[in-house]
Amino acid sequence: MSVQIAVDGAVLEGRDGQSIAGVLLAAGRRTWRTAAGAERGIFCGMGICQDCVLTVNGVEGVRACQRTACDGDVVEREVRA
Amino acid sequence: MRVVVIGAGAIGAACALALTEAGAEVVVIDRTGGAGETSSRCEGNILVSDKEPGPEADLAIEANRSWRALAERLDAERVPGQPATEFEAKGGIVVAFSGGADALRSFARSQHGIGIRSEPLDAAALRAAEPHLSAEIALGVHYPDDAQVQPSLATQAMLARAVHGGARLVVDEVVAGTVVAGRVTGVRTRRGLVEADAVVNCAGPWAGEVAALFGSVLDIRPRRGTILVTTAMPQRVFHKVYDADYVGAVGSGDASLQTSTVVESTPAGTVLIGSSRERVGFSGDGLLAPLSEIAAKASRLFPFLRDTMLLRTYYGFRPYAPDHLPAIGADAVIAGLFHAAGHEGAGIGLAPTTGALIAHAVLGAPAPVDPTPFLPSRASLHGAAGQGRSGAPNHAERGANNTEAAA
Repeated sequence: MSVQIAVDGAVLEGRDGQSIAGVLLAAGRRTWRTAAGAERGIFCGMGICQDCVLTVNGVEGVRACQRTACDGDVVEREVRA
Repeated sequence: MRVVVIGAGAIGAACALALTEAGAEVVVIDRTGGAGETSSRCEGNILVSDKEPGPEADLAIEANRSWRALAERLDAERVPGQPATEFEAKGGIVVAFSGGADALRSFARSQHGIGIRSEPLDAAALRAAEPHLSAEIALGVHYPDDAQVQPSLATQAMLARAVHGGARLVVDEVVAGTVVAGRVTGVRTRRGLVEADAVVNCAGPWAGEVAALFGSVLDIRPRRGTILVTTAMPQRVFHKVYDADYVGAVGSGDASLQTSTVVESTPAGTVLIGSSRERVGFSGDGLLAPLSEIAAKASRLFPFLRDTMLLRTYYGFRPYAPDHLPAIGADAVIAGLFHAAGHEGAGIGLAPTTGALIAHAVLGAPAPVDPTPFLPSRASLHGAAGQGRSGAPNHAERGANNTEAAA
C-alpha cells in the first residue's frame, strides 16, 4: 500500500500510515521551513516543538511529525517573507 | 577603577559595556546569569511612538539613534559566544478605533515638535501596510523609527562584548553592600567580598531591595506583564502594531489590571501578543484574567488571531517607578553607589543611552542627554522614607488642605 502527496507541486510517494515528515525525510528532504534565517524541519519529532509545521490541504500550522500522510494531500511550505 | 554592576539584564549589560569601553574594570554579578528575568520576558521594544514630549522622550530619541549604531557595531563583528541582536527597524503602526482617532492624531502632532517622525495612513495605505488588520480601525499612524531586538540575545550580545573587553560576569547573589563612612567599598555575595570603587544597581524590579542592602531607598516596584506566543505561521503582521490606548496604560499609576493590545511577529515566525500591566508584587497567580483579556482584544484588532493556536504564554516583572521616569545616576546619600533602574517597559529600548549616562556619572564620560531629570535623588523615588525626611510639615500640610484622600 502506498500514498502519494503533493509537496509544493512535486509528487512524493510514501508508505501507508507514514507521517508527512516521514514521507519528506524518506524523499531526502531534511528541512521545509525557515525561521530567523535558519532551516527548520524535524527537531523533536513528537509534536511539541512546532518546528515542522506545514500547510496541508489549506490548513496552516499542521505538524508534519504528527499528521499521517493521506493519499492526495496537498502540502505547502510556510515561508516567512 | 573597579565597578561592580549588580544585574545582568539589558540595563546591566549596557552599563557593563559602556563602563568597560570607557576604561573601567567591571564585574557584573547576577544571581541567575544574563537576561535571566525581565529582559527575557518581554518583547524587545525600541519605541519612540509611545513617548509623549518630555525627558523620557528625549532619552528614547537618543537611545533609538544609539541602538541603530550599537546593533550594527555588535552584529558586524561577533566575538565567540556573542549572538546576533536580531535588530529589526520594522517601524510601528499605532491604531485607533473610532472613539480614539482624534486623540491619536493630536498625540502624534505633539510629538512632531520634538522630532518624533510619524505619518497618518489613509485606509488604502493602512491596508497595504497591514492587510490583516480589522476593518473597524479608524486611524493608523506609521512611526518609521520604532524598532525591535530579540531582548535576550541582544542582552547576551552586549554582555559578550563587555566580557571580550575585559569585564567579568559572575553568577552569584549580592547579599549585602559594604559601606564605610558613607562610601561604598564593595559588595558581599554568597561566596565572599568583592571590593569596588563604585557599584551600579541594575537590579530591575528588585532595585529597591538592592538599594536597601546599602542602607539607601529607591522606590522601584514590580509591575507584572504577560505575553501570548502563537505557533509559527506565515507572516501576517509586518510592523509593531499597537492600540493607541497603550500610551494611557503605560502612563497610568493604577495598580489594577490594565491591558492594551500590542501585536508583532518575530523572525522565528511566531506572533507575540501583549500587553498587560498590574501591580501584584512578584506573584505568578491569577494569570488567566490578563491572558484572556489580551486574547480578546488582540482578536478584535487582528481577526485572524481568533483561529490561531498558542504555543505558550509567559510573564515577567517590569521595574515600575512611581513617576514613570527611570532612575539613572548617583545615589542621593551613599557615595559610590549608582542606580540604573525603573525603566518599566522601556528598558531594552533605553539601554544603550542608560549605559552612557552611567559611564558619565561614574567615570565622567560625555553625557548624551541632560542627566538631571533621571537623577535618583528626586523625592518621588524615596517613598515613605523620602516623605519622612521632608518630615512633619509635609504631613501637616496635606492634612490641612484635606488632600489626604486624593494623594
